[in-house]
Amino acid sequence: MSEAPALLRACQVTKHYPGTLALDSVDFEVRGGEVHVLIGENGAGKSTLVKLLAGVEQPTQGYLEFNGRAIRLESTRDAAVAGIGMIYQELSLFPNLSVVENIFMACERTRGGVIDRKAEEQIARGLMKRLEQDIDVHTLVGDLPLGCQQIVEICRALARNVRVLLMDEPTSALSPSEIEVLFRVIRELKATGVGIVYISHKLEELMEIGDRVTVLRDGRLVESAAIADVDVGWIIDRMSGRRWAPPAEHAECAGQAEVLRVEHVHVPGRVHDVSLTLCAGELVGVYGLMGAGRTELFEVLAGSRAAAGGRILLGGSRMEHLSVRERIAQGLALVPEDRQAAGLIPTFSLGRNMTLASLEAHARHGLLSRAEEDASASRLIAQLRIKTTGPAQPITSLSGGNQQKAVISKYLLTKPRVLLMDEPSRGVDVGARAEIFEIARRLASEGVAILFASSDLHEVLSLADRVLVMARGRLSASFARSELSEQNLMAAACAKAESLHVNAQ
Amino acid sequence: MSTHNEVIRRVAPAGHHRINDLLFRLRALVALIVLVIIFASLSPAFLSSGNLMILVKHVAINAILAVGMTFVILTGGIDLSVGSIAGLAGIVAGGLINTGLVLPAFGVVVYFQVWLVILLAALAGSGVGALNGLLVTKFSVAPFIATLGTMYVARGAALLISNGATFPNLLGKPELHNTGFAWLGSGSILFLPVPIWLMAVVGAAGAFLASRTPFGRRIYAIGGNERAAELSGVRVGRVKLLGYMISGFCSAIVGVIIASQLMSAHPATGETFELNAIAAVVLGGTSLMGGRGGVGGSIAGAFVIGVLADGLVLLGVSQFWQIVIKGVVIVVAVLLDQMQKRFSWRERSS
Ligand SMILES: Nc1ncnc2c1ncn2[C@@H]1O[C@H](COP(=O)(O)OP(=O)(O)OP(=O)(O)O)[C@@H](O)[C@H]1O
Ligand SMILES: [Mg+2]
Repeated sequence: MSEAPALLRACQVTKHYPGTLALDSVDFEVRGGEVHVLIGENGAGKSTLVKLLAGVEQPTQGYLEFNGRAIRLESTRDAAVAGIGMIYQELSLFPNLSVVENIFMACERTRGGVIDRKAEEQIARGLMKRLEQDIDVHTLVGDLPLGCQQIVEICRALARNVRVLLMDEPTSALSPSEIEVLFRVIRELKATGVGIVYISHKLEELMEIGDRVTVLRDGRLVESAAIADVDVGWIIDRMSGRRWAPPAEHAECAGQAEVLRVEHVHVPGRVHDVSLTLCAGELVGVYGLMGAGRTELFEVLAGSRAAAGGRILLGGSRMEHLSVRERIAQGLALVPEDRQAAGLIPTFSLGRNMTLASLEAHARHGLLSRAEEDASASRLIAQLRIKTTGPAQPITSLSGGNQQKAVISKYLLTKPRVLLMDEPSRGVDVGARAEIFEIARRLASEGVAILFASSDLHEVLSLADRVLVMARGRLSASFARSELSEQNLMAAACAKAESLHVNAQ
Repeated sequence: MSTHNEVIRRVAPAGHHRINDLLFRLRALVALIVLVIIFASLSPAFLSSGNLMILVKHVAINAILAVGMTFVILTGGIDLSVGSIAGLAGIVAGGLINTGLVLPAFGVVVYFQVWLVILLAALAGSGVGALNGLLVTKFSVAPFIATLGTMYVARGAALLISNGATFPNLLGKPELHNTGFAWLGSGSILFLPVPIWLMAVVGAAGAFLASRTPFGRRIYAIGGNERAAELSGVRVGRVKLLGYMISGFCSAIVGVIIASQLMSAHPATGETFELNAIAAVVLGGTSLMGGRGGVGGSIAGAFVIGVLADGLVLLGVSQFWQIVIKGVVIVVAVLLDQMQKRFSWRERSS
């Protein structure tokens, strides 16, 4: 297979952004029928590289070759014409349009100049079937949960019959079963000679789907190798030299004070009669498949979604009737799942994003203190190792994983007593994930209770003191640390509706 | 654990790049300076203190409106009712001075001292602003529609109060203790007319509020991403409501100043003022999408419009051409806004 010629190649490409050298003379190529995996720490330049390949950005130096011929991609349109498709890290969908309309945006199927709805719907349904999803193609994309939106983004690329497909963290919001389906589709594409570039921070995924791997670090190419010749340790060494060692200590709830009590929370059609308690210093994971109701449950707890019934007690006082703001003030904060839609102010700098939820704490006599804001921002930049030129850098010019860390910082600055985190490591590299959970662990040891949702089995298994499993809106199981196993979790996550009845106390 | 910041190799941004960037952001100020230089060299009368005084007095009206408007536009809204609120506030002030507050239930007529009259007029303006804010936040009416509605309602209210007529001779009566209304529009402090001082105070307070207080930060946050702001504990509804109230308050101040300058209150005062105010805000670099811009820019924008109008008159340019040129300037400003957006869009990354 190594005989196959390169389909798309970047030759000595360099990309300067104001203040940052994002890529430094990188050579990269993808052949027809292979999956070329791209990995590196947050801010290493992966997204920048695929954006050059997709015509989103133009290289400062260097050039691209397609099928052996030099090619200039001035826009994504040029790339589309050449048969290069891209799945973006930050979803680029239209929330106000339906699934079909999104899939065929800018490549509408027409008949005599009029959009051929029948044909479009048929193709869209076909794609959904291929991805084994039962998403109604007429739903507005804005009404879909994040994972489903990612599926739509994938459909969009598939509808375009591409020869090269660039996938920038396509699975960050998907759970294992969807990922499996996606991998099947990727293998089918491979078999038809499509070249695929695949970016992900989930190392197991890369080992499973990749044929070749290239490691980037600080904008430079470190090494390329065939996946068959390497292992996870090899990759991690080349990424940063740091290893991800999950913290060993785990807390037991016994004897600790209960800080959060949730009783019979109910959201019609989404969350059914969920009760749970959290103790000070506990780090509890919530595992479940896509659509299990985790996000909805978290939103109810944080006050951004109305519940039809149930009680929420924080340290004994009732929360149900408090606003998001009041809950934050009481010490109940949620790091939302969708950082673009719900986490970030795109017009703000990194520092301003970080202090937004704790402005009062950064004000003196009603006036914002720049010095204090900068001090807080700098402290968290160092603690979470956010890769940036400083608090004044515009948030949109940070890499995806670093944006995620900014959102987490924002809620850390509110000094929560209970911190809810919905997929906190979405798009975060292995090392940084460890750092985030180290911080979570440290907070926990200081008495903060942490509830986090994750679709990543390994993350849940290695980090949580206790795991709650949700399936179809109900809590289907609760496992203490000693009872945890992959099989247990999977079985509970896929549990049938009738057999569900657990009170996770 | 080396400090990760060293890892980023900085590429020194080329010097001219940074200067260009600054000039671009301060483009209203740059345009203003260029205009002043052009007019000063073409017409010697332009820089005479008499002309400048008149010029700035005119600008003050639009600048105060633009300061209020900025708070609304920064949240991603728009306020079409400012001109009508100015008219209504003038009528409220005029009515209170000339005919007093008639309380039929008690069979009495109450007259207020001038400072109370001004306060009540300002309250009326803020009240209409609050109505705008409630329509937009509680009832989710699009800002354009909500303020279009109150634009008519406030104008109608002004006509109803005055019965379509003018309240003339707002001198007040010594025996009623309500004289001295003229000071606001025609008085001066330290050789500068009071309206100019008012512009300075409103402008400074607005700029301070927007850039230094938590409230201001929240205004910007809402314009940038309303949902993220909400989830960060920003009371979006309340902050927006306050924005519209500030706009209503500024409009009322303008209405009272004009009534005081003319010493009479006309129900039609302020027609089309909203367009000038929006133009000033946009010229000043505040994005109509919200989240970007600032009070300083809006004041500079008001000056650009004022200087342009004044200079063109001095040069004897026909009135029709003046209108055309004003339109061209506004469109160019919006084009620049677009350019800025495309510019920052290119910088967007994941
Ligand atoms: N528009 C921009 N302006 C300035 N700097 C930028 C811009 N876009 C990206 N950068 C910088 O370039 C570097 C590489 O970013 P890139 O998005 O390629 O990282 P990445 O490898 O995709 O990281 P992640 O895993 O977090 O997505 C980062 O330091 C980032 O801050
Ligand atoms: Mg990226």
